[in-house]
Amino acid sequence: MSAVLPIPQSVDAAEAATARPPEPRPAATAAWLDAAFEQLTRFFALLVFSLLAAILISLVIGSQLSLNKYGLRFLWTEAWDPVQENFGALVPIYGTLVTSLIAMLIGVPVSFGIALFLTELSPAWLKRPLGTAIELLAAIPSIIYGMWGLFVFAPVFQIYIQPALVDAFSPVPVLGALFKGPPLGIGMMTAGLILSIMVIPFITAVMRDVFELVPPLLKESAYGLGATTWEVVWRVVLPYTKVGVIGGVMLGLGRALGETMAVTFVIGNAHRLAASLMAPGNSIASALANEFTEAVGDVYFSALIELGLLLFLITTIVLALSKLLLMRLARGEGTAT
Amino acid sequence: MFARLMGAIALAASVFASLPAAAVDITGAGATFPYPIYAKWADAYRKQTGVALNYQSIGSGGGIKQIGAKTVDFGASDMPLKPEELDKSGLMQFPTVIGGDVPVVNIKGIAPGQLRLSGELLADIFLGKLTKWNEPAIANLNPRVPLPATAISVVHRSDGSGTTFIWTNYLSKVSSEWKSKVGEGTAVNWPTGVGGKGNEGVASYVQRIDGAIGYVEYAYAKQNKMAYTLVKNKDGDYVAPNAKAFQAAAAGADWKSAPGMYLILTDAPGKTAWPIAGATFILMHKEQEKPENAKEVLKFFNWAYDKGDAMAEELDYVPLPNAVVDQIKASWKSQLKDASGKPLY
Repeated sequence: MSAVLPIPQSVDAAEAATARPPEPRPAATAAWLDAAFEQLTRFFALLVFSLLAAILISLVIGSQLSLNKYGLRFLWTEAWDPVQENFGALVPIYGTLVTSLIAMLIGVPVSFGIALFLTELSPAWLKRPLGTAIELLAAIPSIIYGMWGLFVFAPVFQIYIQPALVDAFSPVPVLGALFKGPPLGIGMMTAGLILSIMVIPFITAVMRDVFELVPPLLKESAYGLGATTWEVVWRVVLPYTKVGVIGGVMLGLGRALGETMAVTFVIGNAHRLAASLMAPGNSIASALANEFTEAVGDVYFSALIELGLLLFLITTIVLALSKLLLMRLARGEGTAT
Repeated sequence: MFARLMGAIALAASVFASLPAAAVDITGAGATFPYPIYAKWADAYRKQTGVALNYQSIGSGGGIKQIGAKTVDFGASDMPLKPEELDKSGLMQFPTVIGGDVPVVNIKGIAPGQLRLSGELLADIFLGKLTKWNEPAIANLNPRVPLPATAISVVHRSDGSGTTFIWTNYLSKVSSEWKSKVGEGTAVNWPTGVGGKGNEGVASYVQRIDGAIGYVEYAYAKQNKMAYTLVKNKDGDYVAPNAKAFQAAAAGADWKSAPGMYLILTDAPGKTAWPIAGATFILMHKEQEKPENAKEVLKFFNWAYDKGDAMAEELDYVPLPNAVVDQIKASWKSQLKDASGKPLY
């Protein structure tokens, strides 16, 4: 997605084309400068990598106490008891994955629809204002989403939407259990919904950009053959842009997994495992935000750092899986995109 | 991305610009609960003396860590350290102001101060044993109050907090079941309910959910006119949370025989004492490597005890009784020394 920089030679060529005489610069200096510049850029590139490694190492060192005490058991222990110093990450991991899943289930189709409308269907005069409005959504700080979620969205959800959902799904065998419980207005469902609003601008922006890259010739040929808009999008635009689309979805997923403030406000922050999506839960990021400042006790502190390490690993795994998916797609086509 | 970067740079620049320049300035870090009054005192003190106090409200846990690492002149904690913990790290502690918790409810048809609760009932409610507002245990204490059959929804703090420490300390004192099942701390394993972030988070959940009960800081409940309940104190009287009741709790406490001033004001004796009160504490090293800084810290708190009561009351904190202040000053004299063993105060 980065812009291509002008190549130095072409600049030299342009200079040579003008009548100005070349500057008297010894070749040795230029070579030295080039080498220094190369080293500098390499240093910056390595700096990022070493920072990443340093973060990982310090997380592992910080969570040593908890790693030794609980071992792998930490992953499937439900308890979170700071008084007895008995900690497990099951509830936060579950909450993180479920809220992100809800966000994706809602966010991806909606973003797809918006991007589709913006590139294929929207009248020209509406494109710019609509596109800008969606980009502005991405610029809103997450704490604003959290407060809006708590003070505006949660009451509306509690009074109008939640009872309707409970009534609609309670007779259905499996879904009934997912939508059970008193309407509190807060919980994993609310957190997932707020997250979906937060990821939509990211996914939409990427999707719109890649949809616009599709050569008009391809689309118009398809239209010329009598294809409907849906057929053009499904058979021409999506296959052409699938790498970019998946990249956009992963960008959104990354944001949903790590989102802290907005989730903290609306998830209900209860360290309990509940089958119902309406019930309050907890996510890794919100547990950290809530408890870090007052975590008295070494094991407690260490357990929180281990939660951070887990979030790091989950995000890495998700990214790795998406790369794997992209590679398989590329192989399936026979050509690298 | 670029805008975010510029924002970060601007923020970093402003942080550096606001660092104190003078050498005598004192630094402290810790509890968030007393931050408003420390900031107010610091502002007035700087205008009078020119000495600035840089207090960072990073939380009690952070305050204890920072004073342990000697990066600040004093630490602040809502949860007093036990005498053995103080001895282990060579610290002493003293209280500054009193605050406390107030149970707040949202029950249709119940006015502020109308509902009477006891410590045992609060413990049973927060254990999830009482589930409806019209259960006999609650109705027996409130014969003339029209209690609805609404389900009880418990709201607690989700973030670690001194407010939670005072609350769970009180419940542990009045209920053996709470003590064995949950215990006390700035964060605990709640048996039931939902967690709100900060006082405002708890307050907003309570106001939202019909039949909710939660606990917030006294100052917050008062300033937002929340529907509080009366609570039965140790002497068996039902009291309302107000400044007098908090002061009565502090006055009735036996500070003299509390080693290391480890005293939590919950379930304090006295006819008018509010049962869920607590003080917030300052932590300092007994042996000072930088005696000039320590002297400035003591001067500041000396000034705050003498001149700061009105400011504290304005912000709905409760000042300490004079007898306790005298005892604190005596402890400064006997416990705080420089490297050569000379007293600092």
